[in-house]
Amino acid sequence: MAAVQTSRQRLANRLAIAAVIVVTLIFLAPIYWIGSTAFKPRALATTVPPTVLFQPEITPFIKLFTKRVQLTRPVEEEVYEAAPWWERRIYDGGERVLRVGDSVQLSGYPDRFKNSLIVAVTSTLLAVSMGTLTAYGFSRFRVPGEQDWLFFILSTRMLPPVVVAIPMFLMYRAVGMTDTHIGLIILYTAFNLSFSVWLMKGFIDEIPKEYEEAALVDGYTRMQAFFKIVLPEATTGIAATAVFCFITAWNEYAFALMLTNRDAQTAPPFIPAQVGSGLTDWTAIAAGTFLFLLPVAIFTFLLRNHLLRGMSFGAIRK
Amino acid sequence: MTHIELRGVQKFFGDVQVIKDMNLVIEDNEFIVMLGPSGCGKTTTLRAIAGLETIDEGDILIDGKAVQHLKAADRDIAFVFQSFSLYPHMTVYENIAFPLRATRQSKAEVDRAVRQMAEILQITPLLQRRPSALSGGDMQRVAIGRALVRSPKALLMDEPIGALDATLREEMRTEIKRLHIKQGSTTIYVTHDQVEAMALADRIVIMNEGVLQQVGTPDEVYTHPANLFVAQFVGSPVMNVAEARITEEKDEARVFMPGAEHGFPFPRKLIALLEAGKASPDAISLGVRPEGVLVEREKREGYLPVEAHIIEPLGSHDIVDLQIGDRFLRARTKSGFVPRPGEQVWARIDPAQAHFFDTRSGNSLGVRL
Repeated sequence: MAAVQTSRQRLANRLAIAAVIVVTLIFLAPIYWIGSTAFKPRALATTVPPTVLFQPEITPFIKLFTKRVQLTRPVEEEVYEAAPWWERRIYDGGERVLRVGDSVQLSGYPDRFKNSLIVAVTSTLLAVSMGTLTAYGFSRFRVPGEQDWLFFILSTRMLPPVVVAIPMFLMYRAVGMTDTHIGLIILYTAFNLSFSVWLMKGFIDEIPKEYEEAALVDGYTRMQAFFKIVLPEATTGIAATAVFCFITAWNEYAFALMLTNRDAQTAPPFIPAQVGSGLTDWTAIAAGTFLFLLPVAIFTFLLRNHLLRGMSFGAIRK
Repeated sequence: MTHIELRGVQKFFGDVQVIKDMNLVIEDNEFIVMLGPSGCGKTTTLRAIAGLETIDEGDILIDGKAVQHLKAADRDIAFVFQSFSLYPHMTVYENIAFPLRATRQSKAEVDRAVRQMAEILQITPLLQRRPSALSGGDMQRVAIGRALVRSPKALLMDEPIGALDATLREEMRTEIKRLHIKQGSTTIYVTHDQVEAMALADRIVIMNEGVLQQVGTPDEVYTHPANLFVAQFVGSPVMNVAEARITEEKDEARVFMPGAEHGFPFPRKLIALLEAGKASPDAISLGVRPEGVLVEREKREGYLPVEAHIIEPLGSHDIVDLQIGDRFLRARTKSGFVPRPGEQVWARIDPAQAHFFDTRSGNSLGVRL
């Protein structure tokens, strides 16, 4: 009987592992596609079937960071010889890099990337800190109508965001907040806040209130107890919440497209818009997307231990 | 010198009154144990003294000063929780040092105090460990260390050893007692375990349903319970209680168990004492602890014939269920004194160990023979 059980269990285990591998491959496929396209020569980017083996090159990234125009006539020999190695790659592609005087004109990408960082980091900090404080209040104090408030907070997520796109656009235009960092930060913070409150409430509910009470009788104020006891205990939850908020804010496309166009534009609406000087340059777009994936990947990687514990919260007694 | 007083304290949770008009005086250096079943209000009372719970009416005085409006931090009282509540992200050292860091003491002073405390509790080798790497007993020592390190006015403990296993609980009980004798701080200790209460307390405070039932030394509470609740809550095995009919004979009183043909002989003055206690004759309950039921194998003067039913051999002694009338009396005998169930033996009740209660109110009639 026991032997039957084990062999059946072993089979179940193998099936589970196989399923995990298949799912992982499905999820990784687009990332591989983006990653490989970012290093392909332009001519190989759209071949069918896709080219798997190729000489990787850095040209898409050079294109990503520079402004270029198409050459009207072949570049002169001595100019080509005098140009740095990266500029020759552009000449090779039938384009030339735009310069003002001696300095290379950068594309909009670095600024958009910077905008994305500013907006995503700030709104994540705001959403997580406000969410943590709110969740603490709901978790520890008797709030009149607590369930109604919590439902109201959650209900802000119940309609598809695009429903409020037009009113949002009109409101932002009326108060002059279109194309500003602060405008996007407020929007993303508001959007993430409900999520943050609910997630953090779950985490804070898990922290026994005796910890704070111990600190209270030990001579600390509630505020001190919150910072010295609750916050360190809630790091797992805070990390998990921060990752989710950051990913949402970082990847948001529709509102960024609608509410920003230049100064505060984030990377998502910008990347597909750069069509180069000729046809859509998929390698440069892939390069932009690839770089765009890195901060989230790094952020998630740094917090991976917290995240794993965070995802199984409630299941494991600490 | 710490003196704690509760005056007319009332506390409600919504419509439920959890503390009903509580009055209590706790003297300096006293070890008070609050005893009662779960939900009796003992923990709420303790938390109210600590400032973790507000009260709706009355005064809590520490050294004569009303503190009910002060925050917990300003009352200078330490609290040991049942769950120990050691901060998991700090080492043992940091846990003990934590209350000192709230005060403006120098690093050296803090260090000295922590090490001295660790020495007293014999946990010095554990100072750099995290709470999760400690045994239950050591966690408890650290929790007590954290409470005592700043020499608080009073130490409050909420079932501090309730979460430990039986052997460890006994060990820690002795240790707490020893520590109290050595350190001598006013202590209020909450438990539902009457053995713990008897072993530790200078005075026991017994509560039920938010009402203070009796305050007294372990001996007083055991030998002179104020009412049926105290009588049956304190002591193991539980006191025998039965409604009793009392008759007056020429030179003695007789106490009949329900359905019994014969009554146990009692001194004649019982009648007068019951009258003095304003007992109504149809509502008197007799209470007697198992050791107050005397058992003999042969017929003797004043002993009634009874049948032994169940015998529980407990090693040092036996507990024997004796049938009399339609009731059982549990008696405590020497091991093997009654050899077999079904045997007929003779029993009587030791008048000095008998208690009489008003059946309706449950209150003791104050009869002491």
